[in-house]
Formats: sequence, C-alpha cells, structure tokens
Amino acid sequence: MSNEIIKPAKSMTSAAAKDTSPALDFGHAWDYAPAPEATDHVKIQPRYELFIGGKWRAPKSGKYFQTISPSTEQVLSEVAEGNAADVDLAVRAARQAYDKVWSKMKPAERAKYIFRISRAIQEKARELAIVESMDGGKPIKESRDVDVPLAAAHFFYHAGWADKLDYAFHGRRHRALGVAGQIIPWNFPLLMAAWKIAPALACGNTVVLKPAETTPLTALLLAQIFEEAELPAGVVNIVTGAGETGAAVAGHPDVNKVAFTGSTGVGKRIQRALAGSNKRLTLELGGKAANIVFADAPLDQAIEGIVNGIYFNQGHVCCAGSRLLVEESVHDIVVKKLRDRLQTLRLGDPLDKNTDVGAINSKMQLDKIKQLVEAGEHEGAQRYSAPCAIPQKGYWFPPTFFTGVSQSSRIAREEIFGPVLTVLTFRTPDEAIEKANNTMYGLSAGIWTDKGAKIFWMATRLQAGVVWGNTYNKFDPSSPFGGYKESGFGREGGRQGLSAYVELE
Amino acid sequence: MASKKHAPPPAPAATQTVETRAHEDLVSDTYSDNGALARVLGRGAEQGRVTVNKAYKMYVGGAFVRSESGRYFQVKGGEGGVGVDPDTVNVPRGSRKDARDAVLAAKNAHAGWASRTAFNRGQILYRLAEVMESRKEELRLSLVRSGESDAAATEEVLRAIDRVVYYAGFCDKVHALVASHNPVAGPHFGFSIPEPMGVVAVLAPERPALLGLVSTLLPVLTGANTAVVVASDADPRTAVVFCECLATSDLPGGVANVLLGHAKELAPALAKHREVIAVDAWTDDADLRATLEKEGADNVKRVKTHAPLKTAGWLDERSGQGLGWIERFLETKTVWHPVGV
Repeated sequence: MSNEIIKPAKSMTSAAAKDTSPALDFGHAWDYAPAPEATDHVKIQPRYELFIGGKWRAPKSGKYFQTISPSTEQVLSEVAEGNAADVDLAVRAARQAYDKVWSKMKPAERAKYIFRISRAIQEKARELAIVESMDGGKPIKESRDVDVPLAAAHFFYHAGWADKLDYAFHGRRHRALGVAGQIIPWNFPLLMAAWKIAPALACGNTVVLKPAETTPLTALLLAQIFEEAELPAGVVNIVTGAGETGAAVAGHPDVNKVAFTGSTGVGKRIQRALAGSNKRLTLELGGKAANIVFADAPLDQAIEGIVNGIYFNQGHVCCAGSRLLVEESVHDIVVKKLRDRLQTLRLGDPLDKNTDVGAINSKMQLDKIKQLVEAGEHEGAQRYSAPCAIPQKGYWFPPTFFTGVSQSSRIAREEIFGPVLTVLTFRTPDEAIEKANNTMYGLSAGIWTDKGAKIFWMATRLQAGVVWGNTYNKFDPSSPFGGYKESGFGREGGRQGLSAYVELE
Repeated sequence: MASKKHAPPPAPAATQTVETRAHEDLVSDTYSDNGALARVLGRGAEQGRVTVNKAYKMYVGGAFVRSESGRYFQVKGGEGGVGVDPDTVNVPRGSRKDARDAVLAAKNAHAGWASRTAFNRGQILYRLAEVMESRKEELRLSLVRSGESDAAATEEVLRAIDRVVYYAGFCDKVHALVASHNPVAGPHFGFSIPEPMGVVAVLAPERPALLGLVSTLLPVLTGANTAVVVASDADPRTAVVFCECLATSDLPGGVANVLLGHAKELAPALAKHREVIAVDAWTDDADLRATLEKEGADNVKRVKTHAPLKTAGWLDERSGQGLGWIERFLETKTVWHPVGV
C-alpha cells in the first residue's frame, strides 16, 4: 500500500472560523429560532429502584447513583446500583417466571404481551424520545424518528415470531434457553433494550437486563410499560448499575445465555469469563467501518451519506462510517463538499428540533475522543472541525474530520466512537477492499458508486456483517445485524437473529 | 500428488535399545520352526514377496508431510486387517509449528475455494465420495486394524461415503435455505446471504475415527470454509487413508489440512491462532474444551465445543448431519440498497 500524500487545503485548520464557501454565505438566513420540545409532560421520578419480579425494590447494596443530562450537566434522577445480591434476586425471579409462567404459556399468548409492549411504546413515543435525548444527549429528531419508532417496531416484529418458530428453523425442534442476561450500551439505550428483550421473549426466555450506567432512564420507563402491559412478574427484570453489575449478570451461574453489546475489549473479557460455563453467548462489539466513495458516485448524495454515517448520534454508533475511503481523483472535491456541509450542521440543545449534533454522552467519552483527536494531530494528520459555537455547559465535540491520515495512524485503526472521521484514499477497487478489510473489526461498510455491478463486486469482498450500498446507517427489525471478525458474533433481527435465543436439536 | 521433500526425522533414541545377546543366537531362534520365512517377510507377505510398507504422513497444503519437529508416535496394529501394515507404525506427531503451517495453507486456499461456484464445490465433494467408494476396502481394513469389528467398520465406511454425498449435494442448496430478502419498512431493497467464515479448526472425535472426521470436516467445507483438522490420535492411520482420498479428489490443496498428534498440544495452538476464525471441538475432555473457549476469546473466535456423540449418534442421519452443521460456520451478510428512479 502506498502512503497517503495528501496536501491539505490552506484554509483547513482546526480553528477555521472564517472559511465559509461563498455558496454558503446566506448571512443571517441560517439563524433559526429555538424550537425546543416541551418537557412539562414528561414524568421523570426523582429516584428509581430496581425492577425485580414485577416490583420496584430498593437495592440490597443500599447505593444509588445520579444520572445527568450530558447537555446541561443537570441531575435528572438517581438510580439504584444493583450489586451481586440484587442480580441474584433478579435471576431467581427470572428463573421462577420462566419455570412457572413463561415457558408454560402458549406461544400465541406470549405474542400478545409483546404486541402490547410495542403498542405502549408507540403511545408513549414522544415522552420516551424526550427522556432519551435528555439522558443521553442525542438530538430529538433522532430519538423521535429513529430510536423510538424502531424500538416499537422491534417488539412488533418479534411478537409475530413467537407462535411461528416452527417455521424458523427448517423443521428442527427448538426450545427456549431459559434466563437471558443482557447487557446493553449507552448509545441507543431504549433501542438496544428492544433489540435484546424482544427476541428473547418471543423465543420463550425470561430476561435480566442491565442498562448502561449513563443512560438508565428509558429502560426504567420501559419497565413501567411492562407493568402497564401486565407482563407476568419476573419475565423481564431490570437491574441498573455499572460494570460490576454487568459482570454479576454475565457471571451468574443460573443465567443460560448472555447477550452483550459494547466495546470489543469488554466483549473479549466476557467471552473469556464464560469459557467452560456452557452458557450461550452473542456479542455485538465495536467497529471501524469503511465508507467507500468511488469517483463515479453521485457525490452530493454521498456527502449526505458520509455525514449520516459518522455524525449520526455524535458518532456514538458501533457501525459508524468512521473511515472514509475516497477514490483519489475525487478526494479534493469530496473534502471541499464535506467541509461546506459541516458548516451547516447545527450543534446544540438535543431537545431542539433543528439540532443535528447533540451532546457527547459523558465526560469520560468526551475525554476519550479528545485524547484520540490529539493523537491524530500528533501523528501529523490535518484536522478540520466545524466552526460551530460550543455551549458553555455540557459535553460537546464539533463535527471533525482528518485528512492526510496514514493507515497505521491510531485514528485510522481505533474506534473513536465520536463525531470524528478519518479520510483515506485509494486508486483501484482492489486497493479499496484491501484497505477496508485491513482492520480487526468487521461490522459494517458503505459503498457509493453509480455502477450496480461494482456494488455487488465490492459487497461480496467486504468483510462486514452489514453493507450499505448508496445509503448508510439503515436499520430494520427484519434485517439481520451483526459483525464479522472482532466485531462479535450472532445476529440481531430477522429470522437469523432468533437462533441466538433457542436451543436447536 | 507430489510429496514435499522433508528431511528424515532424527532416529528416535527410544528405538535404539541395545541388545545384549549375540546376534547369531537371535537368528537361530527365529528360524527354529516351520513357516519361519513367512513370518520374517511380515504380515502382508504374498507370494514370497517383501511388502512395501507405507509411511504415514500428515496432509498439509495438498502434500503429505512429516512433522517439522521430527517427532512421531506409534500406533499398534490389531489382530484383524492382515495385509495392511506392519505390527507397529510410526506416525508424525504434529507440532504447534505444523499447526501454524497448516493454518497458513488453509488461509491461502480460502479465497480460491470460496470463489468457486457452489456447483463446482459440490462436484469436487462428490468426486471425494467416488474416490472413497473405490478405496472403501482400504478404509475398512484400516478401521479393523484399529480395533473395530468387521461389521462396525463396514457400516462406518459406508455411512461416511454417504455423508460425503449428502454434503456434496448441499453446496448449492444452502443459500436457498438460509438467505433472506428482508422486507424493511422503507424504500430499500435488502437481503441477507450466508458467507463462509474463513479458516475453521476442527478437533475431530477420537471415535468413530473415519465417520467422525467426515461428519465434522464436510459441513465446514460445504460452507466454503477451509479447515485444519486434528485427526483422532486413537486411529490416525484411517485419517491418512482418508487424506489420500482427499488428495485424489480434485479438492484444491490447502482446503482441507489434517494434522496428526495430540489434541491437547495442537488444539490450543489453533484456538489461539489469529488467522483461525472458528473452532469446532469434539472432545470428552472438559478442561480442553474450556481452554479452547478461553484461548479463542483473543480474537473473538466462534468457538463451538461439544462432548462427542455416541457411535449411534454419528451413524444416525438425523443427529449426525444436517443444515445446522453447515450453518454453524457461516456468517450472515446483510446488504441494503435504495430503490427508486
């Protein structure tokens, strides 16, 4: 592979305050009036207990932790911190519910509970979206139009599978696994809960779910939905807490299956810890996806796809298109268009309907992003950050990209999990494949070209579980999602996702 | 099939026992009864002729090789199966370096194997069945020599051949059964297709030596993966006879590699190897299973471990073969594209 020798445009500096393209010079026409979502109808309790066996229980640990809004740093609520004893109680509740109720229920009846949950999510959609944006920092237009509708869709989709599993496995006999311990991340808190819980319930398992430490609220609102849906006690238990709570869930001897979404580092630790335990495991881990733009691509559409690929949800997306591979002949024009487009992105109040880029999820994540960006600058790559105003309070990082990045650079290899794109180039499709696959990850990839044959040629060679052709970051419950290589194993969604929750004979 | 030239192993110290008796005495003892000549000529002697014994070797990268380590282990012959082997044969004892060489061969063979059409892979596997059919007597005798009864050996060989035919016919059906069109809620065309994982390490069960090897290797190959197999160390000779079938079946070199030696030594090395993406281990040793699961976590391997089936389970068509065996070593790739004018 040749090294990238890309000269940065003169105007590309990190402090670029005044480099607006004339085409974008609208004066004050870009200024929008604030359009925040009203929050007066949203019910957030001052304190949440653990949801175990259908009841809200004070934690045996006696401890609570605060959950804050990353956009304002205000405390939203305090949440119970479950310890090993709490997890044990939750697993026992799940086991009892499995033995006495859920495994004995006719699948068609099970389905109706799951349908109920889906409907309730739709009814409470706006409230869930607002709480998601408050607790996690993501723009309301994303939580409202993506996270919450997809969460409802996941329950609706899987509900229908419950009484059709005989068709799902080509006539092989299947049975539920028992108690599933599920650990989910902070980037799509409600949606990940839905991805995990819906297939588990549809296949007849009961659940102990551990939400992420920084974003527990929507899972707790979901627990209230379970109560209102009269889901039998103990079928889903929610134990909030941090890493130790998660380790207790994965390590509990009476858990039959562990499902984890999170970093590759933690995933490997879980896989190691489970060795010899006979527990079933699925892992949905990190990524460093290549988003590949050919010279023959419709470039303006590609720019939208690049922006959506990396700046969606502040780049807190495991399948984010964080490595842009551009065909060398269009590198300069793509970079110019991208720079122009970045200046139109609105960063700020997640509850504002016009906001494109919200807050970074936590101080810890912001520090990690800053550290990697520094490493990128230190390694000689050229940084461009959108010249947007950063609010005084909260955790923020402007949409950023690097050019002149070498393949060996940390920012080209490590998952940044923030709004930071690295731009690399290639000359031939073979070189694009070589570079795209040159990573330990294999979750997703994007291809932008006008030629259908080229898309299929590329798609078959990319080592990635999801390949988006002329689009990016699309999700659907009917569409299996999951990784190759160190991005994990197992699929979520579709018929293929069901096998993670059944034992086949 | 041309064998790679390898330096002969150094003479093992254990074989050089010093005999104290005078050489002449030994000779006169040996010849002191009738039929002595036949015994001297060996078990397989026919028409007063000295048999040409076979050197048993591992099968790596399409060649029959000794272990780079020069080590060997010995396998005793049973009572039956006269005419196959001397009483004791020396079998290479594969090393961790042999395992790495085999992984490299499998890795390099993968792109070619996966890019063949499913129809072509099916024909090659069917050719394997044809070759096994023509060598079924040799396979059967080898099993008998390892202690199987005549009837059991016959049944095992016939089932093994039929199992190869079963998977040969499966190569171009897998997609139809596991791929999907995904009816996504939006203006997109989406589908999910099965793809091979890459290099799969297989720890074959000790018994049945042939049917266990065939039942674990064939589904891996059917899914367009390449494989490194640690064959049974209870009966490595039968694995070698099977490898001679592989070698004459049009299967490209490196697609299936078979190591001989000790599972405890070889399997962890394979589970640790970064170019191996999946492990399928059939062993009674629970500690070894746990070790493989743990070592595999280094690169998030898909490690499947099992206590071996009972013989009847391997023989049975419902429990010993099926789509699920192939699916275990397939990835799902989902592709999206917008629909519009």
